[in-house]
Amino acid sequence: MAVLVIADHDGAHVRDTTNKTVTAALAISGDVDVLVLGQNAKAVADAAAKITGVRKVLLAESAGLGKMLAEAVEATVLPLAAGYDAVLTPANTDGKNFAPRLAAKLDVAPISDIVEVVSTDTFVRPIYAGNALETVQSSDAKKVITVRPTAFAAAAEGGSAPVETVAGADAGKVSFVSEEMVKSDRPELGAAKIIVSGGRALGSAEEFHAVMDPLADKLGAAVGASRAAVDAGYAPNDYQVGQTGKVVAPALYIAIGISGAIQHLAGMKDSKVIVAINKDADAPIFQVADYGWVADYKTAVPELMKALG
Amino acid sequence: MKVLVPVKRVIDSNVKARVKADQTGVDLANVKMSMNPFDEIAVEEAVRMKEGKEHHAAGTADEIVVVSIGVTQAQETIRTALAMGADRGLLIQSDADLEPLAIAKLLKAVVDEEKPDLVLLGKQSIDGDNNAVGQMLAALLDWPQATFAGKLVIEGGKAVVTREVDGGLQTVSASLPAVVSVDLRLNTPRYASLPNIMKAKKKEIAVKPVADYGVDTAARLKVLKVAEPPKRSAGVKVADAAELVSKLKSAGVL
Repeated sequence: MAVLVIADHDGAHVRDTTNKTVTAALAISGDVDVLVLGQNAKAVADAAAKITGVRKVLLAESAGLGKMLAEAVEATVLPLAAGYDAVLTPANTDGKNFAPRLAAKLDVAPISDIVEVVSTDTFVRPIYAGNALETVQSSDAKKVITVRPTAFAAAAEGGSAPVETVAGADAGKVSFVSEEMVKSDRPELGAAKIIVSGGRALGSAEEFHAVMDPLADKLGAAVGASRAAVDAGYAPNDYQVGQTGKVVAPALYIAIGISGAIQHLAGMKDSKVIVAINKDADAPIFQVADYGWVADYKTAVPELMKALG
Repeated sequence: MKVLVPVKRVIDSNVKARVKADQTGVDLANVKMSMNPFDEIAVEEAVRMKEGKEHHAAGTADEIVVVSIGVTQAQETIRTALAMGADRGLLIQSDADLEPLAIAKLLKAVVDEEKPDLVLLGKQSIDGDNNAVGQMLAALLDWPQATFAGKLVIEGGKAVVTREVDGGLQTVSASLPAVVSVDLRLNTPRYASLPNIMKAKKKEIAVKPVADYGVDTAARLKVLKVAEPPKRSAGVKVADAAELVSKLKSAGVL
């Protein structure tokens, strides 16, 4: 058996979601190759070659691949897929975009967002907003799988796999127009050890940033938000933690002014330690919090800052 | 242009799913069912395209066909979409819980028949959480796809879609016909008014069995078990910041 991992990267570095997907891949087979798709992505391929356990790295480049357009990914990966029994990629927005397209072209059922590899053909995945875990056995000869990175440990670095160049296709009927990325010096939500997350109780965008940013800076944490806070315009879309936003599992998750709706819990309930600060003692968030503090954030956050020293 | 909107009848998003004691699935008996929230957004956008609301020119859509695949009761879901402003419905009747691949193949057959210019659908259903049907349909049709749409503009034979991606927003231009899957922030769906609910009763819903489509819908995945996720042990309440910080330090997370 051979497995192909499609790498997640930012154009210069491999994201640790790739290392985590390699861990899932190694649980399926010892023969794991990594495919780097991009434009001017040689540095990424060299970095991927250092991930322990990787057999070889394939590098494919084109303009469409630089933006990870699904049509370009499909056209590039399809010819390579013949040589593999499974194709894995992290369940981020890129992976979710292209993996099902690839699966349909291969006439196989995609397996989305796995959290466990049981055997070479059997996997566990959350359904119903994480309220149930489904174990599925695939009867397809070839598997296309997206991996929930927070469910796997990152493969270490220290290898030295060879890098080969393969042909990169372009996107055809879709073209890239523009992008608007949120700039942040803080750790990425998906990779952060600590996340402080704010909800609707914060009342405005100014208040959200005035309360959350200094606390995040003090803790070296990433900032997240509930859907209510994002919908109200207090925080940008990509801060959203939940079924429809990002799924995170940091060591410490501090929920401030978040009630704890089902959709939000789906995105953070696998965090190691959960702290809830909310003035409503009946808020559902307290049912999953390891440490609950019934207090108004207006007094609680400054006190917490002081206690942190 | 003609817009096809696939909709799914799912457990209501405010209901907490309960796993059956025998671990064969989630208990859906006597549970409130509704239209998948993302599909409501897709229906709303199609209706706005017809009405010329927001940034859509009036008549951008001239016909909206709603299709659902599932049990007989899914007609209620179609009826809801008709009350929101869709023109006619199609139910492909199946008692089996079909996988995204089978759904995508059936939808392809519908597209071949109906020849829409745009298929507009939710990015994922909140039961299976697969986030796959739109992408698979686009692949089977060899159409371009634009997933996770936070904004949709139709201009010059193209769908210009601003996508909600990790890290921000990405705008792509897809030549029509295309498949667009919608994200939460595309719009706020309307509630159907009582007169529109009454009018919707007169709109046509065609009902056809899956067998009419000659599509292989065999399951590729065998569900071995559906289990409850591990429960978190009950936490403790703290009285002040000092107590919280000391607990977090002894837990080793600070």
